[in-house]
Amino acid sequence: MNSYMRGLRYGIPIGLGYLSVSFTFGIMAVSYGLSWWQAVLISMTTVTSAGQFAGIGVMLHPGQYIEMLISQLTINIRYSFMSISLSQKVDSKFKGIYRWLLGFMMTDEIFAVASSEQNVTRAFFAGLSTLPYLGWTFGTLIGALLGNILPHRLMSALSLAIYGMFVAIVVPEMQRRKSVIFAVVMALALSCMFYYMPFLKQISSGLSISICAILAAVFAAVLFPIKEEET
Amino acid sequence: MELKEFFIYLFILSGSTYLIRAVPFAALRKRIENRFVKSFLYYIPYAVLTAMTIPAIFYATDYRVSAAAGLFVSIALAMKGKSLTVVAVAACVAVFLTESVLALLVV
Repeated sequence: MNSYMRGLRYGIPIGLGYLSVSFTFGIMAVSYGLSWWQAVLISMTTVTSAGQFAGIGVMLHPGQYIEMLISQLTINIRYSFMSISLSQKVDSKFKGIYRWLLGFMMTDEIFAVASSEQNVTRAFFAGLSTLPYLGWTFGTLIGALLGNILPHRLMSALSLAIYGMFVAIVVPEMQRRKSVIFAVVMALALSCMFYYMPFLKQISSGLSISICAILAAVFAAVLFPIKEEET
Repeated sequence: MELKEFFIYLFILSGSTYLIRAVPFAALRKRIENRFVKSFLYYIPYAVLTAMTIPAIFYATDYRVSAAAGLFVSIALAMKGKSLTVVAVAACVAVFLTESVLALLVV
């Protein structure tokens, strides 16, 4: 099986998960007064969840361009770390224009799957990006046009697809290496703190995920550095 | 909102998101040799995914119980080494079944 097809297959659960999230985005964008094509255009050019939800919130008010920029920078800064991390795992042909093109699809989920590969090829990354992009686009379209027609319980169930995938990536690595358990438990504890504690919970979810992940990874890297031959 | 204003907003939204992703990806051409940085980059995906999953997963569905069922099924299947797709679909099915049962009990 070639790399593109393998990537395509790995993208199925991401595409399914995106369908339900972008569906919600479509509904919300229309309820905020945007038209369906505007909602779809935002999804097709941006491809991010938290950033888009925050973005349409800012769009409710006229002329807040700086506010838009700052909200996007803080919510999306985590992507920079993902890009740096994945730049170390791509093969030698994955460079130049391919990075500029495919970097567009560096979402949380695509990064997660790609980084579980030993060697990421252009074809694999392109295959992996295809269904999530379609899911994100069509989910928005369906949400914007059809609103609440799809059965609610189905959408509720689909929203677990992305998290199920995350678990499937993290758990096997916890079994493989004990130090990952440390990183996971620390990230989990910090994440709960940022979610529930006063003051901390006012920080946007995108930014608090970055802070939690960086702290956990720094501590894990200091306490349990990976030996050269293992990575 | 005027059309012109929408497109300015869209430009800032999509432009900043794209640059945050693509610039570090395209700029870093060399292999990083520093042991700390390599270790940090090794741990970061698992830390990010964990922080994104917990506690957010419990608020993703209609009931906490159904999300917990989905999480439990995911962990159990992941420990058995099942593929991403299998785990993801099983998690959805677990939520759907749990919520169907809950709906019967409540009504």
